[in-house]
Amino acid sequence: MSAADIQTRAADWVNQRRDSGEWTPDDQAALDAWLAESPEHVVAYWRLDAAWERTQRLVALRPSKPERTRGPIWRNALRFAAAAIVIAAGTSAAFYFTKPTAPDTRHFATDVGARKTIKLADGSEIELNTNTVLRIAPGPNPRMAWLDKGEAYFRIQHDSAHPFVVMAQGRRVVDLGTEFLMRAEPKRLEVALVAGRAQLDSPNDPTQEPAVLTPGDVAIATANAISVTSKSTKVLSDELSWRQGLLVFKYTTLEDAASEFNRYNRKKIVITDPKVAQLTIVGTFPSNDVNAFTDAAQAIFGLRIENRNGEIAIKR
Amino acid sequence: MTDKVDSNRDSYHPHSASVAVTSAALRDWFVREVLPLEAALTQFLRHNWRNKSDIPDLVQEVYARVYDAARKEMPEQTRAFVFTTAHNLLIDRVRREKIIQIEAVSELDTLAIAADEPAPDRSVIARDELRRLQIALDRLPPRTREVVTMRRIDGLSRAEIAQRLSITEVTVKWHLNEGLRALADDLYGEAAALRNKS
Repeated sequence: MSAADIQTRAADWVNQRRDSGEWTPDDQAALDAWLAESPEHVVAYWRLDAAWERTQRLVALRPSKPERTRGPIWRNALRFAAAAIVIAAGTSAAFYFTKPTAPDTRHFATDVGARKTIKLADGSEIELNTNTVLRIAPGPNPRMAWLDKGEAYFRIQHDSAHPFVVMAQGRRVVDLGTEFLMRAEPKRLEVALVAGRAQLDSPNDPTQEPAVLTPGDVAIATANAISVTSKSTKVLSDELSWRQGLLVFKYTTLEDAASEFNRYNRKKIVITDPKVAQLTIVGTFPSNDVNAFTDAAQAIFGLRIENRNGEIAIKR
Repeated sequence: MTDKVDSNRDSYHPHSASVAVTSAALRDWFVREVLPLEAALTQFLRHNWRNKSDIPDLVQEVYARVYDAARKEMPEQTRAFVFTTAHNLLIDRVRREKIIQIEAVSELDTLAIAADEPAPDRSVIARDELRRLQIALDRLPPRTREVVTMRRIDGLSRAEIAQRLSITEVTVKWHLNEGLRALADDLYGEAAALRNKS
């Protein structure tokens, strides 16, 4: 086989594994077998794989006005550019409202790195982000859901007679004609309103005032308090970029960026040096491509990347 | 900073040469230290080998030999090791083909010069990387560039690209594969070396 033939085959492997979104254990076994055939295969594969990683940085050329190039889902998001983002976090608190559910509650879950869209009969849609568990009330026209953990984007067909209710972390979000994002983290629930109106309250604790959210509002609920801040449409769009499989960082610390990546990938990034953790970056990365991120850290800050024991350590 | 990093690495792995080399470490080394030599390696081979159409195969064989050797023991001086390997490969080829290539013998000095050339400054690489990528992208054939841009920059799926351009997904895949090959040649220097020559 000539070098050109081997390169063609290697390019196919790299694109298939990195880019097609379809990669099964059988594919991996077939690739391993091909690599084991000869050192020429290994070096050709490494070379093109490294080139693929380098070209990941081309994502930075993505136009800042996303509506020009985005697919239909994105245009919808902008059209409702006012919808809501809710972020719920799932520990003990999450479960008091989650216990008494009907036996035929429908259960939806995504694995680490996966996404899923649930379409309801009335046209409402719920998009689940990585590592998320959501339950929906039974019946043909459910108006209640439980975000047990993770993050979900709700685009709800409003029905003023039957508001849609989402429970998470012992809090309740009631839609008043709404698109919103909810993210449940341990001991922290975040709700961001993109369109319409929603109310966030605490049915278990009548002493806490409900918060009424309008577009751009981001509510963060911890065990004892709810705080609301307002964000621009652009910032909210960035927070929704996971729906396109992307992570957008704007002067984000490496520590925060790493923990975002860790939500999407089994291989975790570890930063122990506080000086490294506080460096800030700007950029857009595919959420499943940790290497693009570590490459950037290496190239921009001259940091060292160590792969060991299934972890990726970033060091000075 | 670069110096400090390097000395740290030495102190962490004082006996790295005698430790079995893991595949991940080997790939890391290959990508970080060997691939950046490709432009210089290609030039060296072109200087010393008459049949220019053999060059891609020769580069590949040098890489395969370097990889085989490094699996057993990581070389201390990557650059010198790569060029020595290339030199030995040419000698082997000359013997095998029973052709006397005067250049292959007379230009041994090239080896020493190439081996001494300092590696480019890392920070310069980082600063120029995006610009280099953009230039490499611009050099792709128009259709291939269009497909690669839609996939890698705009984030469209293969199916969406096929639909927009009225081509099959198999053709989309072909453009992505060809695009990756051409980008790799451009980034690692073979195409650049060829362009300089022609």
